[in-house]
Amino acid sequence: MIALEHLSLSIHGTPILDDVSFDMAPGKVFGLVGESGSGKSMTALAIMGLLPRGAETSGRVMLDGGDLSKLRDRDLCAIRGNRIGMIFQEPMTALNPVKTIGEQVAETLLIHTRTSRAEAMKIAAEKLARVGLPQDKFPLGRYPHELSGGQRQRVCIAMAIALHPELLIADEPTTALDVTTQAQILDLLRDLVAEEGMSLLLITHDLAVVSGIADHVAVMQTGKIVEQGETEQLFRHMTHPYTRQLFEASGHQPDRAAPPNNAPMLTVEGAVRDYALPRRALFGPAPTFRAVNGVSFTMNSGESVGLVGESGCGKSTLTRAILGLEPLQGGNIRLFGKDMTPATARDLRARIQVVFQDPYGSFNPRWRVEKLVAEPLHLLPSRPEDWRNRVALSLEEVGLPPDAMQRYPHEFSGGQRQRIAIARALILRPDLIILDEAVSALDVSIRAQILDLLAELQNRLGLAYLFISHDLSVVRTITDRVLVMRAGEIVEQGATEVVFAAPQHDYTRNLIAATPTIPDAWREDIHA
Amino acid sequence: MKLPVQLILGAALTVLFIAAVLLSFLWTPHDVILLSISEKLQGPSAKYWLGTDHFGRDLLSMLMVGARTSIAVAIVAVGIGVIIGVPLGLTAAANRGGWLDELIMRGNDLIFAFPSLVIAILITAVFGPSATNAILAIGIFNIPVFARVSRGGALSIWTLDYILAARVAGKSATRISAEHILPNIANLLIVQGTIQFSLGILAEAGLSYVGLGAQPPTPSWGRMLADAQTMIYTTPRLAMLPGLAIIAMVLGLNLMGDGLRDLLDPRIRRAKA
Repeated sequence: MIALEHLSLSIHGTPILDDVSFDMAPGKVFGLVGESGSGKSMTALAIMGLLPRGAETSGRVMLDGGDLSKLRDRDLCAIRGNRIGMIFQEPMTALNPVKTIGEQVAETLLIHTRTSRAEAMKIAAEKLARVGLPQDKFPLGRYPHELSGGQRQRVCIAMAIALHPELLIADEPTTALDVTTQAQILDLLRDLVAEEGMSLLLITHDLAVVSGIADHVAVMQTGKIVEQGETEQLFRHMTHPYTRQLFEASGHQPDRAAPPNNAPMLTVEGAVRDYALPRRALFGPAPTFRAVNGVSFTMNSGESVGLVGESGCGKSTLTRAILGLEPLQGGNIRLFGKDMTPATARDLRARIQVVFQDPYGSFNPRWRVEKLVAEPLHLLPSRPEDWRNRVALSLEEVGLPPDAMQRYPHEFSGGQRQRIAIARALILRPDLIILDEAVSALDVSIRAQILDLLAELQNRLGLAYLFISHDLSVVRTITDRVLVMRAGEIVEQGATEVVFAAPQHDYTRNLIAATPTIPDAWREDIHA
Repeated sequence: MKLPVQLILGAALTVLFIAAVLLSFLWTPHDVILLSISEKLQGPSAKYWLGTDHFGRDLLSMLMVGARTSIAVAIVAVGIGVIIGVPLGLTAAANRGGWLDELIMRGNDLIFAFPSLVIAILITAVFGPSATNAILAIGIFNIPVFARVSRGGALSIWTLDYILAARVAGKSATRISAEHILPNIANLLIVQGTIQFSLGILAEAGLSYVGLGAQPPTPSWGRMLADAQTMIYTTPRLAMLPGLAIIAMVLGLNLMGDGLRDLLDPRIRRAKA
């Protein structure tokens, strides 16, 4: 039995957690949901006793009747990894790249128990088999880089459960994974919890994920638990406005006008993109990897098209080719009938702009916003006299005040930065904006606002969007047509609603089945 | 806005040394070429503030004039490294994986492969020993250092989205390197610059020590250290004073470098303000 009793936390006097209390039962999954900065990860660190310097806590963290918050660090070390296991978001950085997976799983055993090395390796093999990495396919001597993201996360899980912990903490364990992998990892976690009688504290921003796996859910906002209860009851009754707000935002449907039936604007015909791999022999030809293989599609002006696929399917490569940044090895890409290649003239480039995923990496941190937003003006023959006015206008269109011009990007929140990125894409009044995972890194409520903004801009300015995403639920709400890409090829395309309602290709079916959704029956009560 | 303490301290030390160098052109307490054997190895006095060496020369005057050689060698050597090495590194990064990248980096390896002292001996053998040739020899070995540092820093920045955005805005690789990459690797270059500056002072000391740097009677900190070594047990002051000068100079530059790096970064600047 694990319980938090009136846990409060402040760091250097800033309150982080406020009177957090919940109970967790063995063999059950407890979902902790909240947006970034809500304090959900700090709750996990508080349980583990891994708080940063300057942290002051009050209240109790009970693990089987003992209060963890009273223990010294040395005693906590004996508990961490032994009675509490933890899984992190990024499986690559959570593993040591120079140690084999067997060594890493065995390490936990060697630290906490008096097992011999051989014995520990034997247990490691069992645990790896338990998480779906059997020895005949994944011997102990494999290194993390030889595994896929999902397989690495399985190794992390094997490390966390090596000693039968009573509590397993998983902090956004599937956020960095593709949907099909996410579904497999969530299944694995659910089975492990039931069979081993552990308690799982699942921390996530995704309501759909908890609705599918958690027995109990707590919703956290600015360090407080605003609502908690049995999962289905909580979703059906949602008493707190914030829970409703999160729920509404996660299924948010922006107001979109029907697409005009315009002429084709972008045509991609049999596009092929090869990458050279490192040479195997000193003078032999470099082997190539075909990232995009014979892709063809057409986009009309004013249309929203979704391009979905899992990581490594070639969607980013295709994006760079469409932007005319990289040459094709076959086929062609035409914008308004003219070829897009690295040699394309500036006036054609000015008609297509891009917004990226990462609101932190999208801007030169040393430039002020006015210079950042004005950057595409470089495509004009000369910088217009009224460039500052244009920047201000662009910022106004995305809902930012003109005084934002003099500030640096780090002074803005993630959502505001994404608005700045959109302002930069808008300044040349392009016909097509490529949105490369443009809302994937945002919290659901911010995401809903950005989707509304995009829909409003499209309705007003007649923009076309190529919406690239791994998130099918978002693509469904904002696109007219959708292309499904796998291993460099488009396996299915069609009107969004048709594809989602009746997918033809097996891969599309798998993707849709793997996407976590909140059961429709639970929604009815709310809207009733 | 409040300036960081380390920047003030570092700048103060640096300015002090530069002022001493400038002053030395106009006036020194004594003539550094004038020997006065009768007054050799004197302790600090009203006449000789820091005492005299084994030839009776005034140590304060020698430190002032010696700073000229040391600082000039280090500045010019770092300058050669930055002016040639940084553009080479940026060019290599802009053509990462291409033949130009290979050519530049293998050329770098070639220079790295030879110990600097051996090349310095070669240069002096051909052109004769002098401070100018010492500068050249040290400077050449700074080129691959700066090329590597800037290429490494630039490579990680080339993968960022704002570079892609700049390419979408039709900017050339040269322009992107100058506008986006260079300002963002400036912190690396400043830190590396202060390290190379310190190493430059030490390298000049080393070359002068083996007789390939500044030639007598021109004093330099390195030569003063070398001359003092035989008397380190009897008159440690002779070695300590130029040693302290080198330490203070290098410390001041490092502090100033760190402070400048923070000052130039809008993220850190705003966070502290």
